[in-house]
Amino acid sequence: MSKLRKDYEKSPLWKFLTFVKGDTPLPEEDHTEEWIRNVERAEETEKTENANYIELKETDPYEDAKRFAQMSGVRVFRKIYYVLAALMCIMIIAMLIMNVAFMPRFGSDETPTNNEVAERYLADGVEETGAVNLVTGMILKYRAFDTFGETNVLFIAACSVMILLLHRESTKLSVAEGRGKKLVKKKKREDEEDVDAEQDEDVILQTIARIVVPLIFLFGLYILLNGHLSPGGGFSGGAVMGAGLILYNSAFGFRKTQRFFDETVYDVIKVGSLCLYALIIAYYLFTGANGIDPMIPLGTPGKILSSGLILPINLLVGLEVACTMYAFYALFRRGSF
Amino acid sequence: MDFIRNFPFFSIWMPMVAGPVSSVLSGKKARLLNWTVVVASGLMSVATLVYVLSTGESFTYTMGAFPAPFGNEIRVGILEAVTASFFCLIMVLSLVGGHRFTKVDIPEEKQNLFYIMINLLLSSLLALIYTNDMFTGYVFIEINTISACGLIMIRGWGRNLLAAIKYMIMSLLGSGLVLISLSILYGITGHLLMEQMHESIVEIVQKGTYTEPLTVAVGLFCVGIAIKSALFPFHAWLPDAYGYSTCASSAILSSLVSKGYIFLLIKFFYRVIGAEIIHTIQVDDVLFVFGIAGMIFGSVSAIQQTDVSRMIAFSSVAQIGYIYMGFGLNTEAGIIASIFHILAHAAGKSLLFVSLNGLTQGTWENANYRLLRGSAYRNRIAGIGFAVGSLSMVGIPLLAGFTSKVYFAQAAFGAGSKVKMLVTLIALAISTILNAMYFIGQVINIYTPIENAEKKRYAAGASMWFAALAFIVANLVLGMGSQPIFRWIERGLSMFS
Repeated sequence: MSKLRKDYEKSPLWKFLTFVKGDTPLPEEDHTEEWIRNVERAEETEKTENANYIELKETDPYEDAKRFAQMSGVRVFRKIYYVLAALMCIMIIAMLIMNVAFMPRFGSDETPTNNEVAERYLADGVEETGAVNLVTGMILKYRAFDTFGETNVLFIAACSVMILLLHRESTKLSVAEGRGKKLVKKKKREDEEDVDAEQDEDVILQTIARIVVPLIFLFGLYILLNGHLSPGGGFSGGAVMGAGLILYNSAFGFRKTQRFFDETVYDVIKVGSLCLYALIIAYYLFTGANGIDPMIPLGTPGKILSSGLILPINLLVGLEVACTMYAFYALFRRGSF
Repeated sequence: MDFIRNFPFFSIWMPMVAGPVSSVLSGKKARLLNWTVVVASGLMSVATLVYVLSTGESFTYTMGAFPAPFGNEIRVGILEAVTASFFCLIMVLSLVGGHRFTKVDIPEEKQNLFYIMINLLLSSLLALIYTNDMFTGYVFIEINTISACGLIMIRGWGRNLLAAIKYMIMSLLGSGLVLISLSILYGITGHLLMEQMHESIVEIVQKGTYTEPLTVAVGLFCVGIAIKSALFPFHAWLPDAYGYSTCASSAILSSLVSKGYIFLLIKFFYRVIGAEIIHTIQVDDVLFVFGIAGMIFGSVSAIQQTDVSRMIAFSSVAQIGYIYMGFGLNTEAGIIASIFHILAHAAGKSLLFVSLNGLTQGTWENANYRLLRGSAYRNRIAGIGFAVGSLSMVGIPLLAGFTSKVYFAQAAFGAGSKVKMLVTLIALAISTILNAMYFIGQVINIYTPIENAEKKRYAAGASMWFAALAFIVANLVLGMGSQPIFRWIERGLSMFS
């Protein structure tokens, strides 16, 4: 016996035999009208049932109460809710403002913040950290661990956005999910259309970007490298460089940006800078806690190559921040780099 | 200095390196790295515990070259080491138990992101436990919040996104309040490290200069942490966040994330402010009232649920209420009972979530109670795990939940006022009955055989067997051998001040 096939009705032999027998299947009917009629009938019955239901309700006191709760009760509740919420907010604001009146006066000599900690930061800060910019010295030397945590906050925020929005390029997708070739091709075409759909013909934007972007990058680099000498540092310099990348991207589009900044570059910079930073921090904290001499010369304060580990940390943090800024932009705009 | 004193720092630092490294690894390699890191951190915490027990005193570890009032610092005592070891244990068991579902629920290309979140969550939990600096605490609260948010939404369902948004809004509100509170405290004390802060606060109270800002700051901190750990009126984000996440996520979220914040609150109360000052500004009474309300209303909401995962999530609200009630008693016995309950609840709740996911294998991951009827016969170990977890939550003798309830009752007798004692005892009784109503009902439900049922068995897999058995053992150990742990907590707490 031949094997039983499930789709025997489609086989040419079956069709031929049915043709010979004369009972060819009817052409597929258009059921739309019948379906619409059914829907209409269902709606009608629902209406009549509802009408009955409402009539019932009107006679029943319990149902009356229930309907009140459903109809106007919600409205009343919502009104009370809004009023209470507003009152609550006003109370909290009033409380916080009143609290300010009881706080120590800002800037006076006798504030508790004006204690031995601030004194030491100001008196010995330059000598101990080698940084002329005391804020940088404070966040990268005295409270280095907090700053390391903050950098990780940025990294993990970027990862969270990736969880939400990332959709990888077609080639990587095919490797990851083992999809068929056809689907990958379709996906690829969609991606290309996506890129083509960008409007990158804005002459004014492009001309200005051509002039401004190099300056922005230079300025960002300046802020990074001078973090220990003048106001600035890793976070601010990185933000400036990230803004430069975003401006370049919005003027020239993703395809031109991808020539020097795609996901691989992002990964390398991100992982490289964070891991190096972690190693530096581990070395610094370990030697500091165990009382070992870190053996890194602080140099003369005021020179560009001074202040020991602060300069490399600023550079690494700046790279990480710039990448993260651009990653946010790219992920929100397109879902990939 | 002994080399072992570096271990707490290493256990915080290792996951912070493993996070960035995992972002370029494949999902499988990221998982192996993550598991190694969690186990290594746990072993280091155990080694620290043994060391602290042998020396009998706590030590501080300077983070950098600058000592206490100038630079960051972490502090290690018995209590910190016990909690850190226990948290690592719960985390690794939850990951192992939820491994099968992690593979299915999360798309292959995003698996490594999941393990990044776990890594940073671990580091932030350990940092919250060990920190001796309020601002470091705040930084790691941020990391904790964002990584928890990532864990909620990684499954990618619409419900998860909604839950993540709810969680984000509420949790950021909490973080903001904590930050304002810390700014006020810094303004009136001039310090960020706990010991120096405590000294200036004692001075402030004696002089009576800045008592109003102090009260406001303590209030804001408590409300902030209460929002983040889902104390009763602020629990709106909790059921969705815990109920619909992937198995490992919900086990870790319910048992560890909120507990990290609570641990910081304990440190804030007993190391920064001091128990007497807390009592004079009457924050403990407020927390007591909300804790009691949470115990009752959390359970009432849990009874109304038809979805079992949401039911377990609402039961968390009740259990958090227990913990805050212990703070509200504001006696040493009360706080010890609360800390013990943190451990007991972590062991019970993660067991419940892991085994519930095993039970839903035959129901397309739908946890409606009707679909779960008879499900214990489909997956035996999950059924046993769910039963043990439920009994522990209800407070059946020999299990962890019973012991913590006994401690709470004992603490109630030592409470200052008779009203507090009576209210605590009555609330414990009512809450136990309510717990029994929904948990025992569900246990009966999953063991009710259905006729004409599909005789299909779902293989639980070695990982789930291992995790569930380990969780059951942990529950039994906490239930029957609670004395040494109790004494460790007692000694650790006496090291606090």
